[in-house]
Amino acid sequence: MNEQELLGLADDELIVGWRDSEWTGIAPLLEEDVAFSSIAQNEIGHARALYELLGDDADALAFDRRPEEYRCAPLVQLRLLDWAHAIARRWLYELADEIRISALRETLPLAAKIDREERYHRMHAEMWHERLAGTSQFREAVEELWPYALGVLPEGQREALAARVGLPVGDAVERGTLDDGFAELWDEMTMVRRSAPAGAQW
Amino acid sequence: MVTAEQVWDRLAEIPDPEIPVISLVELGVIRSVDVREGHVHVEFTPTFLGCPALEHMKRALEETIVDLGGEPDVEVVNDDSWGTDRISAAGREKLRAAGFAPPAPRLVQLQSAVHRCPYCGSTETRLENLFGPTPCRSIRYCTSCRQPFEQFKTI
Repeated sequence: MNEQELLGLADDELIVGWRDSEWTGIAPLLEEDVAFSSIAQNEIGHARALYELLGDDADALAFDRRPEEYRCAPLVQLRLLDWAHAIARRWLYELADEIRISALRETLPLAAKIDREERYHRMHAEMWHERLAGTSQFREAVEELWPYALGVLPEGQREALAARVGLPVGDAVERGTLDDGFAELWDEMTMVRRSAPAGAQW
Repeated sequence: MVTAEQVWDRLAEIPDPEIPVISLVELGVIRSVDVREGHVHVEFTPTFLGCPALEHMKRALEETIVDLGGEPDVEVVNDDSWGTDRISAAGREKLRAAGFAPPAPRLVQLQSAVHRCPYCGSTETRLENLFGPTPCRSIRYCTSCRQPFEQFKTI
């Protein structure tokens, strides 16, 4: 995995964590409030450890780049305001993440460590998938997000995802494209750091 | 001059910041201690990567080494060497006595879904939520003694 790909993986984890954290306080169930917050905490922790492979200062990589310099897949950038879509993204993201993390286990010891935690994210996603799979709202959300989910993985790994999801490999919304909602997310995410006085210690 | 044995003994007194019944040594996060002429190199393996207590633990290690008259060099090792199987037998028993169901060994947990209540020992328990007050815990409910409890996740 080259540096750009590693940066893409780290950015995915940071931004999906950021989006998941948006349910803190407003999830439809208290249990899900806790679950989404914990998952977000884990994902952002993974991002930090991955950024540290790329440079000494994880915060600088996370917050000091311009929006167009982020390498995250459009799937994680989307602002999803209903539960069916939020769960559909969690389910699709975890399936895709499992495929790429498994492929990295031998060459990147950190990937194996990350995977120990991701197992619980997958259990959470699968539990919701079982519960919602029979509803039209969930099926429509999965179909709508499917081109985005494909864009999380390089072409060589997309067939494996398609087999898991049961949809054909088609056009993907590729990494490198910025969703309309990303500028707003970036603005909010980096606000504290940008407004800090020079020389502030974190 | 400080010795490795002295360092291990003192590190064994540092409580986990979030579950203070167990020490950092019992938690298994200290992988090695190497002392050379007062320079104390410690390899520290985080538990969960997003655990907010990591910085606190690292500082506690450094302060303890300084207190012993050593020069601390705490290296954070993010490889795959920490899992809940690294928690010592004594540490597990302390967790259980404090009402946290200790994590089952990984090989057992991956094959069976049996979880024992830390209060009454029953295996008649059900999952309430995969996630709990910290990333390392789930919430379960014991239908035998009707007590909710925290289950340390096996990772």
